[in-house]
Amino acid sequence: MLISRRAEFSASHVCAQKTLSAEQNAELYGPAANPSGHGHNYVLEVTLEGEPDPATGMVFDLKKLKEVIQQNVIDPMDHRFLNYEVPPFDRIVPTAENLAVEIWRRLEPHFAEKHARLNNIRLYETEDLYVDYAGPAAEGGQPCG
Amino acid sequence: MRVTRRYRFVASHRLHSAAFSEDQNRELYGKCSNPYGHGHDYVLDVTAVGPVNTSSGQAVHLATLDRLVSEQVLKDFDHRYFNADIGEFQTLVPTSENIIRVIEDRLNARWREAFPGQWPRLERIRLRETKRNVFELKS
Repeated sequence: MLISRRAEFSASHVCAQKTLSAEQNAELYGPAANPSGHGHNYVLEVTLEGEPDPATGMVFDLKKLKEVIQQNVIDPMDHRFLNYEVPPFDRIVPTAENLAVEIWRRLEPHFAEKHARLNNIRLYETEDLYVDYAGPAAEGGQPCG
Repeated sequence: MRVTRRYRFVASHRLHSAAFSEDQNRELYGKCSNPYGHGHDYVLDVTAVGPVNTSSGQAVHLATLDRLVSEQVLKDFDHRYFNADIGEFQTLVPTSENIIRVIEDRLNARWREAFPGQWPRLERIRLRETKRNVFELKS
């Protein structure tokens, strides 16, 4: 069974690589490369997979799930400029893809030894753009970078 | 990594097949067969899958995807009457099932040109005709 919890945070970012020119960054990221940055109301959907505990009837305690998301993602990222305030985005570009990978990395250990395991991270950057990340094991091909 | 991008277009259509009689069309398609057609605000979700480029942090170059969908689909479909204006539907009934297949064909026709190499791949197309009618195709 899959259970999902939704959370929201607002943050600013700029998508640009320090090693590229302004023109190259604009070609790669469009207006997201504008140097002073811009913001989004991110919507995060965390999906766990597991079987309901026979005693509690729950796959995972949703209150605990809320706390884990709050402490590991929302508190450090909400109302922050990701590039300046949230490592590792001082070193890697805070695209939706990289954010989803980082959110997975932060959340996954909290479910590693439970009967519920992390199944998917869906991150909406806007209503018209979202990414799904199902963890490193589910990634098909080799990184092409 | 899966990246899903949402697009919108508005278009009209009429569900009516020359292979059936007027009564059969009425029976099969109901009010969707009314003679002058009707329209929808279509919502198109395109999902591409691929590894994240370690330099750019991207699995899909969005401007390329936007350009491809715009040129192959939106430019021809938006503010058009499927039955009269769009070649494929001279012979196909513009049900959402057929529309979604045509969209897949049109995207695949130029996909590798837009995205040379193995990744990203077109994985899924989802077409929302109305809030109550949604169609999905795994590519």
